[in-house]
Formats: sequence, C-alpha cells, structure tokens
Amino acid sequence: MPKNYRDKNGDVPTNNATGDVSKNTMAQDESSFVAKKTSALKLWMRYIGINVRCTMQYKTSFFMMVLGQFFVSFSVFLGVYFMFQRFHSVKGYTYQEVLLCFAVFLMEFSIAEMVARGFDSFSSMVRTGSFDQVLVRPRNEVLQVLGSKFELTRIGRMLQALLMFVYAIPRCGVDWNFAKVLTLLFMLIGGTALFSGIFMIYAAFCFFTLEGLEFMNVFTDGAREHGKYPIDVYGKKMLFFGTFIIPYALVQYYPLTYVIGKNDNPLLIFLPLLALLFLLPSYAFWRFGVRSYCSSGS
Amino acid sequence: MKSSLSIRKYQSFFRLRFIQGLQYRAAAAAGITTQFAWGFLLIIAFSAFYEADPAAFPMSFQDTVTYVWLQQAFLALFNTWMLENEIFDTISNGNIAYELCRPIRIYNMWIARSLANRFSRAVLRCSPILIVAFLVPKPYRMILPPDLGTFLLFVLSLVLGTAVATAFCMLVYGLTFFTISPQGVRVLFASLVDFLAGGIIPIPFMPDKVRAVIELLPFASMQNAPLRIYTGSLPAEEVKVMLGLQFFWLIALVLIGSSLCRLAERKACIQGG
Repeated sequence: MPKNYRDKNGDVPTNNATGDVSKNTMAQDESSFVAKKTSALKLWMRYIGINVRCTMQYKTSFFMMVLGQFFVSFSVFLGVYFMFQRFHSVKGYTYQEVLLCFAVFLMEFSIAEMVARGFDSFSSMVRTGSFDQVLVRPRNEVLQVLGSKFELTRIGRMLQALLMFVYAIPRCGVDWNFAKVLTLLFMLIGGTALFSGIFMIYAAFCFFTLEGLEFMNVFTDGAREHGKYPIDVYGKKMLFFGTFIIPYALVQYYPLTYVIGKNDNPLLIFLPLLALLFLLPSYAFWRFGVRSYCSSGS
Repeated sequence: MKSSLSIRKYQSFFRLRFIQGLQYRAAAAAGITTQFAWGFLLIIAFSAFYEADPAAFPMSFQDTVTYVWLQQAFLALFNTWMLENEIFDTISNGNIAYELCRPIRIYNMWIARSLANRFSRAVLRCSPILIVAFLVPKPYRMILPPDLGTFLLFVLSLVLGTAVATAFCMLVYGLTFFTISPQGVRVLFASLVDFLAGGIIPIPFMPDKVRAVIELLPFASMQNAPLRIYTGSLPAEEVKVMLGLQFFWLIALVLIGSSLCRLAERKACIQGG
C-alpha cells in the first residue's frame, strides 16, 4: 500500500521506503505490477510534457498547423454538406446521422493519431537507426516509441469533430439516455484502440521494408476519409471486411445503429469494446517485427 | 540561335527529371493500389447517393464514374498538394544561392522540373488504373470518349490543366522566399485548393450559386475542365468557355509567378551558411 501511494505521487524513493519494498516483495506482487504500470504512465506523461513544450517553441508554426489540420477535415465536411444539400438521405441515413458518424470516427482517428503518432512516423526511426537506442534502454519499447512523438496539432481535427458533435447531437433525433451516451463513449475508446493498432501494424511493417508502406494509408487516412458514411453505405462486402478483417464496423456502424435507434439490441452497447482485441494481433505482429529487427542505421 | 539554346537547357532539365522520376517504380506500385482503393470507395459512395435520389444527380452516373477513375489515374498531373520538398529545402537552407549563380531563370527551371515530375509520375501510374477502370463490371466501368474530336480536346485540356496546376505551385514556391517556413501555409492552402478544384466532390455536385463562382476560379481550370470534357456530355459552348478560362488563368498565373520570382531573386536574402 505505501509503495503504491509513493509511486503515484512521484516521490523519489527514500532508503527507508526501498527497505520496505524488499521486505514485502513476496506479498506485494500484485502491487508491484500496479507500481510498474503507474511508473510507466508517469514516464509517458513526462515524454508528452517534453513533446508539448518542444512544439510550443514554434508557436506560429503550431497554430498554422492546427488551422491547417482543421481545414483538411473541414473541406471533407463541406463535401458532405454540399452532397446533402442535393440529396436528403443516403441508405436511409439523414444528414445529422451521417454527421454524428463522421464526428465519432474523426474523433477516434484524431485521438489515435495524436497519441500513436510515434508509430506513424516510425520508418525514420528504423532508417536512422535510432531504434537501437530504444532497444538498449531498460524500458518497454512500445512506451518509448509512443513517447517519441505526440502530435498536439491534431487538436485542429478534434475541433472539427467537436463542432460536428455540437451540431449533430441535439439535431439527430436521438432520445439521449445513459446507455446511448455510454455507447458513444465506448465507440471512442474502441475506435482509438483500433486505429492505434493499425498504426502499430504500419510501424511493424517498417522492420521488414524500412520504408512506410504507402498502401497502408488506405486503412488509416482512407478509412478516416471514407468512414464519414456508415460502412453499410459501401455495401455488404465492405461491411464483411469491416467486421471480420479490420473491425471498423465495430466502432462505427453497429453501435451507431443502436445510438440512432435502428437496432435495439443492448449487446451493441458493448460491441465497440471488442475492437480492443484488435490490439492483440497488432502487438503480436509488432513483437514479431522487433524480434526480427536488424539494425540498418549508421 | 540564342533562344533555341536557352530552351534546350530547360529541355534537358525536363529530360533529366523525367528519367529520374521513372526510377521510383515501387513507390508507384504502392500509389496505384492506394488510388485504386480510393477511387473504388468514392464510386460506391456515389452509387449509394444515386440509389437514394437519381433525379438529383447533376451528371449522369457513368460520367461521374469516369470522372473519378480519370481523377485517380491522372492525380499526379494536377494535384496541388504534392509540392516538391527539394525546392522548399533549397530555399530554406540557402542552397538556392548555387542555383542563382547559374545562367538560368529559376522560374523556368522549376517549371521544367515540376512538369517532368508530374508527367513521369502520371506515366507510371495512369495505365494500370485505366486498364482496371475499363475492365470492372458495367455500372462502375469507365467509358470511352464519344469521338476523336472530344478526345483531342480532352488531351489539350489535360495539358493546360497540368500547366495551370504547375503555375499555381510556382506561386507557393515564390512566396516561400518571403515566409521561409512553408509548413503551415502549405497545409492550409492544400486542403482549400483541393476542395475548390473539385478534388473532394466534383464541382457539379456543389450548390448552383457556389458552383457559378468556383467555376470561374483558377482552381476549376486544373482537373475539373479535362475530366468533364472527356465524356463529351458538355455542350460545345461550355467547352469553349472552359478552354478559354484555362488559357486565361495559365497566362495570368505565369505572369504573376514569374514576376514574383524575379522580385524574390532581387530581394531574397540567402538563408543558412
């Protein structure tokens, strides 16, 4: 118990406390696991802090990038808006429902991109050989790669998603209750995990190819761009792909049908959490990549 | 004699870059898969909208499908967001000083190499996409232009569109002389211009009032004109106006760009050391 407390507060262990731990190691296996996690979290927060301060050194550039990111999504939104000026529904979805879908998906993507950007730009780490540095440090390599980049400029995209939420949530004709809000929350969690997993696979490929594979963009940027419409708009085959191969539909289409009242099955509330399982194969592939890593740097 | 010599200089710049661009075949293969998937998803989405309300479609479905496939096949020719990092680098790290020593006009040289880059990319990428686009099942299949005349007009418009897009990018490079850090301006411009050019949804899908304005802007003279002339469903009058606008914007952008570059050459202070 005292150890746990200490780590959360981030104090440097005193001699007294260390002695405490060694006495209780056997009994406190569980608590040492927790302590490990919290210290990892602390380290990650520190990485983020450094990254953010680093970005803030170039304030004008930062604001321009945020604005730029906002406009990238805004032009896609304008496309949807103009399409719905002409057509009033697509596959039975109204404009507001599509916006809700777009907002959730964009938010999931932006959070993942902000947090897991280290994976997205991992190819340079492999090519320059700085991944060797990561490997010799006594810390988990995923943590270090995650910490290597934190893309704060993505709040531009989040702002766009947020604006669409603000517009769509009161207007999409959903009778909001606890279950539906929970579903939305689970969608965000599951989706962020799913996209982080995809970024991780993208990075793992770099172990073999050294370059980032451009076709992987279809699964990240492509999904973000085309995921503005619920997947069933793209037909049965795409829905199958989005359910069983890369589970976009679990964090988008299925829970969305529950939220907008097209399907009342309460199981759909928890379905987005199933997307968390996608992290398992992603991590396995990443481990496989790390094991076959052969340094290329100089 | 002198002028033919100076053109030869830029021709060799073009040839060099063109051959260099053809070397990146793996990158092209990856790009092709991406663009193919992209185009396919776009077309399915359009077909879903078509099912919802066929009467509200501003072009025929076939024309829309053809527009999307052509857009994906010739993306490298007229996208304005694929700017050359090398040019930005020479400006921000000061290597531009070497270029300024040479007996060439910076503007002409950059135009030559940008055109070469665009054409080499397009040559590598267009044919596989076009072949697939002609083979996929019927409603999603690309159509041929109705007659030879239309096809020739399309080619003319395609070349003009490429030139307009290149001339526009020259403006961005020219401005970089004054702002040095290109990142923010680039992203900002890129998304807006892409939208105004009809890269996100074709311009006919926009509301009429917006469309009337956008069609006059230089951005509509990039991909919008050739891709819509191709199917031959535009009245001859409109085709003439489009081609006229393309000529007009090309001349205007080149004039603005070259004087901007000339100004920059005189005023620029070299960065780096």
